[in-house]
Amino acid sequence: MSTPTPAVSSARAAAVKAVSSLERKTLVQLLTSGGLLLLALLAVPSLVGSDWIFTFTSVAIYSVVALGFDVLYGRVGLISMGQVALLSVGCWIGARLAYATSMPFPILLVVTGLITAGVGLLVGLPALRLSGLYLALITLILAGATSIVLGQTDFPSGGGGFLGRFPAGALTTETPPVRRPSWGNADTNFYRYTLVVVALMFLLTLVHVAGKPGRAWAAIRESEPAALSAGVNITLYKMWAFGLASFMTGVAGCLLAAEIGTPRATTFQTLDSLTLAATALIGGIFTLWGALVAGAFNQLLPFLFQAQWSVNPNFLLVVFGAGLLQVLLTAPGGLAEQFPKDMANLGRLIARKVPVTRQALFGIGSILALFLGIVLLITAPPLVGVIVVMLSPILCVFALD
Amino acid sequence: MIEIKDLTVRFGGVTPIDGMSVTFPGGTCGLIGPNGAGKTTFFNVMSGFVKPASGTVTAFGENLLKMADFRRARWGLRRTFQTEMAIEKLSIFENVAMIHEHSGAKRSSRRADVEAAVEFVGLTAPSRARVGSLGARERRLVEVARAVVGKPRIVLLDEPAAGLPDEETEHLSQVIQKIPGQFDALVILVDHDMSLVSACCATTAVIDFGKLIASGSTADILRNEHVMRAYLGTETEL
Repeated sequence: MSTPTPAVSSARAAAVKAVSSLERKTLVQLLTSGGLLLLALLAVPSLVGSDWIFTFTSVAIYSVVALGFDVLYGRVGLISMGQVALLSVGCWIGARLAYATSMPFPILLVVTGLITAGVGLLVGLPALRLSGLYLALITLILAGATSIVLGQTDFPSGGGGFLGRFPAGALTTETPPVRRPSWGNADTNFYRYTLVVVALMFLLTLVHVAGKPGRAWAAIRESEPAALSAGVNITLYKMWAFGLASFMTGVAGCLLAAEIGTPRATTFQTLDSLTLAATALIGGIFTLWGALVAGAFNQLLPFLFQAQWSVNPNFLLVVFGAGLLQVLLTAPGGLAEQFPKDMANLGRLIARKVPVTRQALFGIGSILALFLGIVLLITAPPLVGVIVVMLSPILCVFALD
Repeated sequence: MIEIKDLTVRFGGVTPIDGMSVTFPGGTCGLIGPNGAGKTTFFNVMSGFVKPASGTVTAFGENLLKMADFRRARWGLRRTFQTEMAIEKLSIFENVAMIHEHSGAKRSSRRADVEAAVEFVGLTAPSRARVGSLGARERRLVEVARAVVGKPRIVLLDEPAAGLPDEETEHLSQVIQKIPGQFDALVILVDHDMSLVSACCATTAVIDFGKLIASGSTADILRNEHVMRAYLGTETEL
């Protein structure tokens, strides 16, 4: 009965235009991630037990570490093999600041992030001259050095003040746990708190990647001479990437300190930096989703193996090795990009819509072998699982063109 | 106007540019010479990748060699490379906008400037398309769009038509000819395709073994006997 006035209809047209100018894919992704976040915040805690909540908190924290690796390698092309060592630095700084000051927890997070960013920038200095294998080696050696220093100093020791230490040997029952945010003291609330902080870190990365720095990084990754002649200050943007990755890793370290309460030097092994790089590559270094997959591979799988299925988590190294080979050979985009593709291929195969190529068949077979192998590791004698997992990279060789 | 005086570049015992003096007056200038004559090395000196052993480069009254390499883009120097360097992972728009962001041009005019550059080169693909999904011809055009966005003063084109079929070279040629008028920039074109050079360039300089061997109007240059000799080899008595 009432027809829309011209003003209303033009406003509606403008709104429709604004929505359609956002790419549909971007919109779907935003809605999906928002929905998943809400689900994880509200529904998950009532569905699973407290040990699961603790594990999910770790998954979220480690996905930020993987995200730092992804920014450095996936966006700029810098290989850092010391990201877990940087996490331990953030954890140490966060724990010490928590003991020494009464800063509100959000400020504690930011200050820890900033100090860790400073440390990361120092680590990044060699990256201005080195790249590829040499940078990987240097960062790995620094990671080793970090764990030695932290081990020698009774990291993080619960005494008073910033450098406060208990006498040697006292670091057992007397160390008070690192405090948590006031309203996030219970595990479930701390899980929610962590999710929100982690979501903010992902958002921070998204803003960078979609903006001027992301484009400059893409130019550097493509070709440094071309980036230079495009006016990109390569030194600045490389350091920026190191600063951002280290800031996020520092924040993650502070969260980790509060999560586990009494971190030890032994919480972090040099090898962890390597498995983190492996899982980050398996998850996929070019999308933000890949970092979540990496966090899950890094923290959820060990929990499942050890606590849920009583399988020696060392078998995971076999899974990581096979997964890494699979990714390096056939799926440089990682699981986050390849898994949907393979599933779509499988769907087409079942629906007989298109002739399925040999490559696609072997690709699907190889991913299925990886998952079947994981299931067999749990249910059958581990050796059977190991053999099936190892089939995965063999199959994916045949998936190559 | 760009004046190069006594430019010498040495890599160990090799002297790819050997006391070269040449003036590029304006408009579109050709720079030709056989393989290894020093053309790309000269571009690399302009970009700041190579530090010359001696000599000066004066562009519009400014000493270009004193400028830090990454600042030269902001000053107005643009270039393309022999191998194609458009960024595959970014869209056409982002590829061109990236140059605009570091050119010192106003942020408020970015969208308009970028779209104008994309339109100028005659790209018909949607500007949100990823460069990785484009063909060779369109990627070349993206590179030219990158070279003309954000108030360029000097545009160095290093074999822009390499590998393109004739009809596509024809389109590229028309685009290059319009650059000086549209953007008030001096273009230096390096190419082995003489029909492209003679179509685009009023003046041409010829170098060989790192030295200027001739310069002047393109028509004269292509008839010059020193030039013929440099390209076809030393004349031998028959």
